[in-house]
Amino acid sequence: MRLRVRFSKLGKVRFTSHRDVARIWERALRRASLPVARTEGFSPRPKLHFGLALSTGYESLAEYLDVDLVEGTIVDLAVLPEALTAALPGGLAATAVATVPPGTPSLQHAVTSSRWEVEVHDLDLATVTARTEALLAAPELVTTRQRKGKDVSDDVRPHLLHLQPQAHPAEGVLLVAELGAQNRGLRPSELVALLGDGAREGRVRRTHQFTEHDGTRCEPLPAPHALERAS
Amino acid sequence: MLEPILPLVSKPARYIGGEDGAQVPEHGPGRVAWLLAYPDTYEIGLPNQGLQILYEILNERPDAVAERTYAPWTDLEERMRAEGVPLFSVDTHRPAADFDVLAFNLSAELTYTNLVGMIDLAGAPVRAADRAIDDLLVGAGGHCTYNPEPIAAFLDFVVLGDGEEVAGEISAALAGWKAARVAGDPVTRHDALTALAGVTGVYVPALYQPVTDAEGRLVATRPIDPAAPELVEKRTVADLGQWPYPRQQLVPLTEVVHDRLNVEVFRGCTRGCRFCQAGMITRPVRERPAEQVRTMVAEGLRRTGYDEVALTSLSTADFSGVEDVVGAIVRSGERPAPADEGEGQGPGSSLDCGAGLGGPGAGLASDISVSLPSLRVDAFTVGIAAEIQRARRTGLTFAPEGGTWRMRQVINKLISDDDLYGAVESAYSQGWRRMKLYFLVGLPTETDEDTLGIATLARNVVEIGRRHHKNPSVTVSVGGFVPKPFTPFQWFGQNTRQELERKVGLLRDALRRDRGVQLKWHDPRATTVEGIMSRGDRRLAAVIEDVWRHGGTFQEWSEHFDLQLWLDALERQGLTVEELAYRHRTEDEALPWDHLSAGLHKDFLWQDWRDALAEVGLEDCRWTPCYDCGACTGYGIEHVVASAVPPAGGSQGTGPSPAAVPVALGRRPVPAGAG
Ligand code: SF4
Repeated sequence: MRLRVRFSKLGKVRFTSHRDVARIWERALRRASLPVARTEGFSPRPKLHFGLALSTGYESLAEYLDVDLVEGTIVDLAVLPEALTAALPGGLAATAVATVPPGTPSLQHAVTSSRWEVEVHDLDLATVTARTEALLAAPELVTTRQRKGKDVSDDVRPHLLHLQPQAHPAEGVLLVAELGAQNRGLRPSELVALLGDGAREGRVRRTHQFTEHDGTRCEPLPAPHALERAS
Repeated sequence: MLEPILPLVSKPARYIGGEDGAQVPEHGPGRVAWLLAYPDTYEIGLPNQGLQILYEILNERPDAVAERTYAPWTDLEERMRAEGVPLFSVDTHRPAADFDVLAFNLSAELTYTNLVGMIDLAGAPVRAADRAIDDLLVGAGGHCTYNPEPIAAFLDFVVLGDGEEVAGEISAALAGWKAARVAGDPVTRHDALTALAGVTGVYVPALYQPVTDAEGRLVATRPIDPAAPELVEKRTVADLGQWPYPRQQLVPLTEVVHDRLNVEVFRGCTRGCRFCQAGMITRPVRERPAEQVRTMVAEGLRRTGYDEVALTSLSTADFSGVEDVVGAIVRSGERPAPADEGEGQGPGSSLDCGAGLGGPGAGLASDISVSLPSLRVDAFTVGIAAEIQRARRTGLTFAPEGGTWRMRQVINKLISDDDLYGAVESAYSQGWRRMKLYFLVGLPTETDEDTLGIATLARNVVEIGRRHHKNPSVTVSVGGFVPKPFTPFQWFGQNTRQELERKVGLLRDALRRDRGVQLKWHDPRATTVEGIMSRGDRRLAAVIEDVWRHGGTFQEWSEHFDLQLWLDALERQGLTVEELAYRHRTEDEALPWDHLSAGLHKDFLWQDWRDALAEVGLEDCRWTPCYDCGACTGYGIEHVVASAVPPAGGSQGTGPSPAAVPVALGRRPVPAGAG
């Protein structure tokens, strides 16, 4: 049986890496006494499947994880989010859990885009708005990036799906963006760089991930989002 | 202040705290605030059990509160200094200056420059003599503090021995003083120091002065204040069973060394290896009751979610409850079996992690692995290892330490070649392919024949391996010997750096053609600096400070170690390696740690040194008459062991020969004669 878990990563724990979070989950599942299936062979590993890596330092309300359970396990899905959250360190919380049918594509492949909230510091709202409009109006946005140690030029315009600046309650501007995830996609830090001179990246938070299913955009878990937690 | 720089540094997760088991401290004027420090990276420092034990014990007290800090890596330190961010606690990111005590755990000499750097980063003057009433009180404990003289100038107080009781007593001694200071009453820093000197086991360096003769040689270190005792005695916790700590071992959020549940099964060692300071200074042996170990393992695994537990001590196979405990853990990790399980159950049932969310049976901790970091060389040990390491059969480590039987008699590590070969044979026959062998070079009386004996042993081990596998591999790890205070070898002049390098070279040449043997060695240049510090005196403070001022931090890390910094600093102070490290000490000479006591009589150590030179071995005093070393008799305590008979095994000649050892752990007995 495969469980799909949505979890959030907020506050200081955002400084843990993708690998750290994987290790934390392995231990949390054991603490919650969930019988996770293991790989065969010389050094068996628990069968956990993570989605697209979240950069160290970014927060998220919408991380996903698939867990294969030992055959024949009976779980009470209703209590699971709370039980898992209790087994996780502060800042990580399971917000939704569901079973997924066999044959569901892996998160790595299924997720096509993410929605982000990106704090932009050192620029005012008017400037960011003007520059955002210019970006959206551009037919092509060629960026040079490193791939396998070599500089490669990409047109990232197709990955810019949505971009909306708004006033940030505390500092600078909050940019709500939906960025493509497949084929290397576009990263929030690259987006901030595209905004041009003077833009400095503040806190970044992933709020949603989306998959495409028969041409419609949906989330990897149908369950509603839990309320945003304080960081 | 700190968080904005964290995205800019490497591995920021090590600075955020928030581990499971982390305490929620409540500071207040009535509480002495401790900042417990490890002078190396988080990855190395977090697992330190001594620090974790104090962290919990102090936070349980009404008059104390404790947080933790580790050395920031160079990239963060640079930014902290640039932006004026001081040393902070990982728990709440409080600046160090908000604490009363900055207390270091010191287990390696090469961290001394980090200690100085951290005091400076904390905002206190690095020299204790320059600190004012509101500055931190800087203390230290751990194995290195049995000779704290090289760092005495930086420390306000030093703790000798077990910390469980003394940490509370120090808090109590300082609580009144702090309350008075906070209230503005006229108290002085000297008042705090004399209060500390009144606690048994606490040494206050400022209250002592070294006395030297006309040639500048040390005659004695004497108290200069009535509050300071002539001799500072170490502290010994008589009953480990009363201290089941850590109860809540910290579970790090990011990668660290020894990332597993650690349960200390006993403290102390009486095997009497003459090179081993830890064995000497932690006497007598105090075992934790087997029942308590089982509980700590079961609860620890359940609480932390670890799938690995290490039973720690200086020689875990000596633990009289080892069979029970290991058997229990192993069985708890097996899947529930049908009815005939009965005979195999025993204490194992108490380890059943119980049914969890997944329903009956689902919560069994599957594939728990147990490691015994300190193994003795005999078939008994291998038998246990076979049981517990089935799941992850990685390497097996043995530590013969010396290359020849003669050498091992000198160092009192009484393992015969046959003991080793027997253990190796049974390990290979049970499926291991990789062995690790630990040796020391530069031991007293060592000849080239002894050094080359290491190559012979390694070669023979590979030979034995070939009888069982196609490509057996043996890693030979060689460390340069550093004479340590409170050991029989404290009088021995350490081998010169050149001599150690020559010996490593001999081995390298001898093993060049041996496929299957990999030689690794500890840098003799680092060994030399360790040797200088190990038996150094107060003159070294200037050297340490000089090296630190020239950027010499993280000297434990080979990429940062810089011998030249040390040699230059020594020269500037008019000191030589010859005098500090390479010189033999004489019987009547005053040693820098003579005013401190690890419980061992100096004449016992001297006699043991003579015995070493005469190649006379001593048997384990746990099972044979006492040699009156002082460790038990002096303190009115005794070895605490559950079993009155020695565990089976041949390594000290105290048990039956390996081949005859019946090993019956779990379901699958080791075939008789496997050794
Ligand atoms: S006092 Fe005797 S029994 Fe105790 S450690 Fe020393 S030699 Fe062994």
